[in-house]
Amino acid sequence: MKKLNYPFQKEDILDLSVGDMVLISGKLFTGRDAVHKRIHEGTKPPVDLKNQIIYHCGPVILEKKGKYEVKAAGPTTSIREEPYQWEVMRDYGIVGVIGKGGMGPKTLQGCKDYGCVYLHAIGGAAQVLAEKIKSVDNVYWRDLGSPEAIWELTVEDFPCVVTMDAHGNSLHEKVEGESGNALKGLL
Amino acid sequence: MPAKKKAIKKKATKKKVAKKATKKKVAKKKVAKKKVAKKKVAKKAAKKKVAKKATKKKATKKTTKKKVAKKVVKLNTDAELFDSILELIKITSTVIPDDVQKVILESLAREEKNTTAEYAMNIIKSNIEIAKRKIQPLCQDTGTIIFYVDVPKGYIQSDFVKICHKAVVKATKLGYLRQNSVDTLTGKNETMNIGPGHPSIHFHEHNKETIDIRLMLKGGGCENVGAQYAMPYNALEAGRDLKGVRKVILDAVQKAQGKGCGPGVLGVCIGGDRGSGYINSKEQLFRKLDDENKVSELRDLEKDIVETANKLGIGPMGFGGKTTLLGCKIGTLNRLPASYYVSVSYMCWAYRRQGVTLDKSLKIKKWLY
Repeated sequence: MKKLNYPFQKEDILDLSVGDMVLISGKLFTGRDAVHKRIHEGTKPPVDLKNQIIYHCGPVILEKKGKYEVKAAGPTTSIREEPYQWEVMRDYGIVGVIGKGGMGPKTLQGCKDYGCVYLHAIGGAAQVLAEKIKSVDNVYWRDLGSPEAIWELTVEDFPCVVTMDAHGNSLHEKVEGESGNALKGLL
Repeated sequence: MPAKKKAIKKKATKKKVAKKATKKKVAKKKVAKKKVAKKKVAKKAAKKKVAKKATKKKATKKTTKKKVAKKVVKLNTDAELFDSILELIKITSTVIPDDVQKVILESLAREEKNTTAEYAMNIIKSNIEIAKRKIQPLCQDTGTIIFYVDVPKGYIQSDFVKICHKAVVKATKLGYLRQNSVDTLTGKNETMNIGPGHPSIHFHEHNKETIDIRLMLKGGGCENVGAQYAMPYNALEAGRDLKGVRKVILDAVQKAQGKGCGPGVLGVCIGGDRGSGYINSKEQLFRKLDDENKVSELRDLEKDIVETANKLGIGPMGFGGKTTLLGCKIGTLNRLPASYYVSVSYMCWAYRRQGVTLDKSLKIKKWLY
């Protein structure tokens, strides 16, 4: 089990490889479809994303007396951000992406070119992951709707598995290739 | 609805009824007085007329009384139905059904120790425990809300729809459901899960006096990896027979990888048209995981699909591992001679489905899973 602590450093990211189980502590920014589309269309993000991690997540957050309460916060499918993710790495210097389901060749190349890593959270594990969120510190772009807004979160020991590293390796590519070959033999 | 509020509401209705009753009493007295006055004038014809009027009035009074009584009963049953649907949504969103949990724990035991597969299954296990304990959604994507409602003959479906919508809004406000309904053209997500197609409610008339409500919450990730094949499917040389069907189902599993939050369960329909095929494939997901298909060929195919899929090495979340599928349920519909569809719906491990039978007062009598 490896640890990744805030502020995130490039060296720590380069140190990670596919298959590593990692516990993340520090700051995360949620960002999913609408956020990526808006950034892609030319709007600058409302926060400095340099050396930050983006979490593909549309949480259930209730507001009670001006305080935010996280009810559920698991990852959403990442592949939908495949057209945009590498640009956010290039233009805004993020060092990590958390999501589920993995991403494609553009993102893998982006990870290699700009020193970034893809961390797979456990899909559907909204309660385990919500418990790791210690505070909701801010919210941006609320106009996109609650699940699509950018939520600034502080997490502790947030569990992930590295499935795409900064050295061009993808667990998804590997499993897809191997299972494809296995299938041929089983049909 | 909290018990206090309900009590206040009931009291309020009682008061209203009481008020109406006193009004009527006053009216009765007035009529009586009029009768006396008219008697004094004492014309036979007039007497008869008054008598007629009186009986008429009596008759109308009786019907209004009945109407009021009916309204009160309806208000009460509406409140019961609302509470029952809300409870059903709460439990569906937060508690995994026993038959599913059993299979998940079996697959956890099967994974090799200290692998990412075991790590994933352990997190899934604790997620199930926390969601139940905290009464919070298993997954933040509380999915498409799909109701299947079996109703007695003559039941007014629009009554159900109205109350059901109210319960869905309340469940969203309470956080059992995420605000999850997007206007496709504007991209706005402003309603509380109410809109064209949301929630999805299917009615079916049955020969019983009771109402059965089944609910499935199906997340977007697993819905996206569903697939439909028009046979023959030449890319795999899959023909219009069960051998061909087997090929395309396994192809769907391989293409899904871990993207549908595996290990998952397949609902499959062979036949039908494009629409009915997909609907039936979802209906298969209402079957219990440990049930046995009555059609022996399909029973064998279901077993074969699970065993073969688990040899693909896709594993939990697509990390690699022994459990790729937890189950597979297959049904058939008739088809046109020209068509042969295989429709595959994928359900994630966070298999949220529940059901209830209501008693005559529309309270929950029995849980179905």
